[in-house]
Amino acid sequence: MMRRLALACIAALLAAFPAMAQQEPIKIGLLAPLTGVVAAGGKDMVDGWNLFWQQHGTKIAGREVEVIVEDDASVPDTALTKARRLVQQRGVHMIVGNLLANTGLAVAEYVKGTGTPYFIPIVAADDLTQRQRIPNVIRVAGFTASQLTRPLAEWALKRGYKNIVTISQDYTFGHEQVGGFVQVFSQGGGKILQQIWHPLNSADYSPYLAQIQSLRPDAVFAMENGADAVRLLDQWSSFGLKGQIPLITTQNSTDQSVIRGMGEQALDIVSAGHFAEGNPAPATKAFVEAYEKAYGKLPAMFSAAMYSGALWIAKAIENVGGDVEDKDKFLAAIRATRIPESPLGPLLLDDYGNPVWDVHIRRVVKREDGKLWNVPFETFPKVSQFWTYDPEEYLKKPPFSRSFQDISK
Amino acid sequence: MIHRTGIALAILLLAALPFGVGGFGVDLATQILIFAIFALTIDLLAGHTGRVPLGHAALFGISSYVVAYCVVTVGWPVLAAVPLGILSATAAAAVFGWLARKTTGVYFLLLTLAEGMIVFGIAFRWSSVTGAENGLRGIPRPPLVSGQWAFYWLTLAVFLLVLFALWRLLRSPFGATLRGIRESASRMAMLGYDVPRHVLLAFTISGFFAGIGGALYALYNGFVSPATVSLTRSTEGLLMVIIGGSGKLLGPPVGAALIVLLENYASLWTDRWPMILGGLFVIAMLVAREGVLGKLAALTSRRPSRVTSASAAPSTQH
Repeated sequence: MMRRLALACIAALLAAFPAMAQQEPIKIGLLAPLTGVVAAGGKDMVDGWNLFWQQHGTKIAGREVEVIVEDDASVPDTALTKARRLVQQRGVHMIVGNLLANTGLAVAEYVKGTGTPYFIPIVAADDLTQRQRIPNVIRVAGFTASQLTRPLAEWALKRGYKNIVTISQDYTFGHEQVGGFVQVFSQGGGKILQQIWHPLNSADYSPYLAQIQSLRPDAVFAMENGADAVRLLDQWSSFGLKGQIPLITTQNSTDQSVIRGMGEQALDIVSAGHFAEGNPAPATKAFVEAYEKAYGKLPAMFSAAMYSGALWIAKAIENVGGDVEDKDKFLAAIRATRIPESPLGPLLLDDYGNPVWDVHIRRVVKREDGKLWNVPFETFPKVSQFWTYDPEEYLKKPPFSRSFQDISK
Repeated sequence: MIHRTGIALAILLLAALPFGVGGFGVDLATQILIFAIFALTIDLLAGHTGRVPLGHAALFGISSYVVAYCVVTVGWPVLAAVPLGILSATAAAAVFGWLARKTTGVYFLLLTLAEGMIVFGIAFRWSSVTGAENGLRGIPRPPLVSGQWAFYWLTLAVFLLVLFALWRLLRSPFGATLRGIRESASRMAMLGYDVPRHVLLAFTISGFFAGIGGALYALYNGFVSPATVSLTRSTEGLLMVIIGGSGKLLGPPVGAALIVLLENYASLWTDRWPMILGGLFVIAMLVAREGVLGKLAALTSRRPSRVTSASAAPSTQH
C-alpha cells in the first residue's frame, strides 16, 4: 500500500515536472572483462572508452552521463548476471561492451527480452547482425568477423598469390575470419592447400610450421589472438620462415596488444583491419596521440573501437536531445547517425546493424622512435559485412564453422 | 514442534522473498537456489560419502546441454526436453560412478576431474551439436513460469523437494551406510556391505539431482556454454560446500548463497573480487574448517541453554 502510494506520488511528480525527469542522468552500463582470460583486452576497452569522456566531458544535451562499469569475468554466465543487474537494479538506458563472442551472445539473448539497447564495438560473432539479428543489438563501431578478411583475400589475389595455407585457432572467431578469407580467395581462383586448426593456447607451433614448409605455399594466412599470436610470430621467425614465405594475418594477430613488446619478428607482416594506428588520417592521428599521452602506449584496436563507439553513442544521444527513455527513437537515431571522421574512419551502418568500413591493408613498420605499428598502404572503401554478395542470398548459407568454410573448388 | 514452526517460517520467508527484494534480487535468489541444488549434489558425495568429486559441473551441464539441444536445435517442447536432460545426467553419472566406484581420496578426485574434462572437451569441440564456445541459446521458459517471480517460485519448490528428498535419503539406512563408508570403507566392507555398489548408487543419485539443477539452469539463463561444464564451475561448487559446511544438509545452500552474493556484491567495489574470494577461503580453512554452519553449530553448542534456530539445524549428524 505504502509502496503504491509512493509510486503514485512519484508518477504525479514526474508528470508535473517533465523537465525534472530530464535532469536524471543518462545511465550507460559498460560490460568489460576486467578479470579472467581476456582481462588485458578488457583494460584496453575501458581505457579507450574513458579517453572519449575525458576529452568531451560527460554532459550531453543538458544531461549528465553516468557510466557504470561491470566486470563480465570473461564468462558468459557472469556477463548475463551483470547485464541483469545493470538493467534491473541500476536502471541503465543502454549496455555497451563485452569482448568475447560468448559473453556478447549471452547478453544479446537477454536484452532480446528486455528491449534494452545493446551496443557491441568488439563482439564480432557474425550471426549477431546476420542470421540471428536482434533489433536492439547494434554493432556500433564494431565489425563482423568475416567482414575484414575478405579485402585481404582480394589483395592477395591481386598480389598474385595462388596457393595458400591457413592456420588459425580452432574456435568460432577463427572459423569466421578464415571463412571470409578463403571464400573470396577460392572464388577468385586461388587454391587453399590446407587449413590448419590448432587448439587455443598452443605452446609449440613446430609441427604446423614443418607441415607448412613441406606444402610450399605462396603465402600463409594466420588468425591468432593474444599470446598465441606472439608465439606464432616468434616461432615463424626462429624457424627461418620469415622472409621465405609471406605471412598475412587478420587484424588482431598484429594488433598493438600483440606487437607492443615484440622486435624484428613482427616487422613487415601484412594484415587487414578497419583500424590502423599508423593511419595518417587526422582523426586517427589525433586519437593515437591523445591515447599515447594519456596511457603512455600506442592504442590497441579495442581502445579505438570503444572510443569510436562512445563518439557514436554520444552523437546519437545529442541527436535525440537526450531523450534516451524513448528506446525506439534512440535506436533509430543510432542507426541514422553518420560521422564522417573517427579513429576508425567514417562511421555508418548498413541495414542490418553492422558498420560499413573502409578496410585498410596494413604493414607492420618501425616508427622513428623504434616502436612497431601498423601503417596502411592500400584501402578498400565501403566494405560491407556481405562483401559484394546479395545479403538475402548470403543469409541462406549456413554460418561459418570448421566444417563449412565455403571454399569453391 | 519448534522445529516444525521454524521450518514452516523459513519456507514462508523464502516464498515471500520476491516482495522484499527488487527484480534483480529475485534473479539472484533464483541463481542461489539453483547453485544450492548443485552444491547439495556435490556434498552428497563429498560430505556424506567421503568421496570428493571435481567434475560435477559436467553432470549439471550435460542436463543443460541436452535441454538446450532438444529445444533449440531439434525443436522439442521444454516439458519433454527437461526429463531427457535429467535422464542424460543420471546416465552419465552412472557411467562416471561406475568408473570411479572403487577409488578413494585423490584418485577419486582426479578421475572425476578427468571425466569432467572429457565432457568439457566435447562441449568445446563438437561445434555442430554444442555450438562450441559460443554455446546454444534461445531456450524459452514454459509460459506458466516465464515471469521472474513465477520462475523463482518454481525453483524454490524444486529446491525444497530436492532438499527434502536428500534429507529423507540421508536419514534412511542407505544414508547411514554412506556415512559408514565415509568413516571407514574397509570396516563397511568387512561388515558385508558392497562399498563400490553404494558409491555407484550415491553417484547416480547425485547425478539425477544435478540434472534437475542443470535443467533449471538452462531455463534460467536461456543459453548454455562450455563455462557451465568447466572445471571452474566444479571448483566453485566444491567451494560452496566447504565454505557453507560439508556434511550438513543446509551447509551447501548457505555456501551457495554466500559465494553468489559475494561474487555479485564484492565486484561492485573492486575488480579484484576473486582475491576477496580467495582470502575468504583461506580464512575459512584457518578458523572454520567445518564451514560457516559447522562453526555456528560449534559456537552455539557451547551455550546449550540457548535454543538454536530451528531452520538452521535439521542436521543429519545428530
